[in-house]
Amino acid sequence: MIALVDVNNFYVSCQRVFEPHLVGKPVVVLSNNDGCIISRSAEAKALGIPMAAPWHQLSQFARAHGVIAYSSNYALYADMSQRVMQVLARFSPQQEVYSIDECFLGLHGVLSDHTELGLLLKQTVWRWTGLPICVGIAPTKTLAKLANHIAKQRPEFAGVCEWEKLPVQQRQQFMATMDVGEVWGIGRKLSVRLKQDGIHTVADLAASPAEQLRQRYGVVLQRIVAELNGCACLELEEVTPDKQQILCSRSFGQPIFSEQQLAEAISTYLARAAEKLRQQNSLAGAVGIFIRTNPFRPNEPQYRQQMVLPLTQPSNDTLKLTRIALRMLARLYRSGFAYAKAGVMLTQLQPKTAIQGHLFLQTADPIKRAELNATLDAINRRWGRGAIGLACAGNKKPAWAMNQQHLSPYWTTRWPDIPVALAK
Amino acid sequence: MASFLSGPWAAQASPVSYELPFIGSVSAGFPSPAADWSEERVDLNLRYISHPEATFYFTVSGDSMVSVNPERSIPDGALLIVDRALAAQHNDIVVAIVDNDFTVKRLFQRQQRLALLAENPAYAPIILGDEQELVIWGVVRAWIVEAR
Repeated sequence: MIALVDVNNFYVSCQRVFEPHLVGKPVVVLSNNDGCIISRSAEAKALGIPMAAPWHQLSQFARAHGVIAYSSNYALYADMSQRVMQVLARFSPQQEVYSIDECFLGLHGVLSDHTELGLLLKQTVWRWTGLPICVGIAPTKTLAKLANHIAKQRPEFAGVCEWEKLPVQQRQQFMATMDVGEVWGIGRKLSVRLKQDGIHTVADLAASPAEQLRQRYGVVLQRIVAELNGCACLELEEVTPDKQQILCSRSFGQPIFSEQQLAEAISTYLARAAEKLRQQNSLAGAVGIFIRTNPFRPNEPQYRQQMVLPLTQPSNDTLKLTRIALRMLARLYRSGFAYAKAGVMLTQLQPKTAIQGHLFLQTADPIKRAELNATLDAINRRWGRGAIGLACAGNKKPAWAMNQQHLSPYWTTRWPDIPVALAK
Repeated sequence: MASFLSGPWAAQASPVSYELPFIGSVSAGFPSPAADWSEERVDLNLRYISHPEATFYFTVSGDSMVSVNPERSIPDGALLIVDRALAAQHNDIVVAIVDNDFTVKRLFQRQQRLALLAENPAYAPIILGDEQELVIWGVVRAWIVEAR
């Protein structure tokens, strides 16, 4: 048996943990640069606010209805996600973290009454983290997803749906009324094709002859159908592979034109990426950067370019990596374009312990450099990100910084931002 | 009907372990005679954080928890270690939600009566009436006052 657990309206729910006054109110969270709506509370959904709606088109409507908007606070969401995943991991030795707000749990040999277990999961996550979850339980991953969907849609399940416990008639009824596009792994394009072939509902799909599907759509769809019929084809992937690369990229709050400003952005992202690199005790074997204009403005001149440079000696030194990145930028930069996004990539990662000494290439005192970098990290941890950095990253809030007009504090990851308890 | 509590209760689960530095690496010399005797270092996390997933920090603002009894006194600016996994009991110090704010108070619970008490006599207790729900956000496990 497999459980699929996910947090309801994850980003909005994270905000609510630290702002009790949001409970019962329509709340939305916006994407980077406050662009689109990426999470909605039940109350916001009830107002008819669609997912992915551009915020600037909605802000008037939102004001009229008292909708509260937040910029995305990924530091908070990442921390709350870890907490949820760790709580869930206490209940099963097999866990596949599937995304920031959902995971599969293997229930083999775990408590016999699975619905009861689902309710215990729900209670525990709620009490320990303040986040509401739904649980779907079934013999296959695809059915567990389906059961989770039912648990979410239908309040009578109290957030936990065990597929096998439903009467056969009810299962058939669910499948017959559910759109084929709701099935895990079936994207929009595929669902259009399926409907052209007369497969409209989950029941239609489950009843389709396997061999025919394989020939027409390939083996992946054949497996999905087998899973819908209770035959497990997809294993739990418990081990997440080591991070092979660290990417740090952002869209700018407004377009930038000069190489100087691009250099600031690249240096800022690189400092962040290098910090992550040191956090996981790795060295980078290569550095890459990219810059590009906004492809959604086809009337403006377009330019995009990227470059990756292998290092003679793997490094985690912010100073050294920055110098290389800025040299690459000088090569890639062309004037006369409105740059919309840039990014930095550290790849060919290897554990720090596996470093090969290089006879001729020792940089300036490596121990002092390591101390310097460790000090940078310590200061930024203590005083908040960006408290200290290289001058080439700029020293004031740049024009290209993300628009985050509705950003909440980093309640769980920064000392100056921790919440206040009144003693009044 | 009596007033009732909602908010964190203990769940059954086993403790998780903290990652600790690996003691004793492979080396070519004579093995350290102390290696057999090494123990885990005393660790504030292990002592005060039983449920890392459920532990959060708050800063105290105000003097309603300042007491003449130094053991019970929580000064303005103190750092609270709050564990949501603990079940709130009578006499616990809790972070509760009062009028949509986080408030730190001592929980009084006797014969179905609930109240939130201040340590400082200048502040009146908050007594919950029938049908009134008290949301406990978390239980204060310890607090830290920085000396410098």
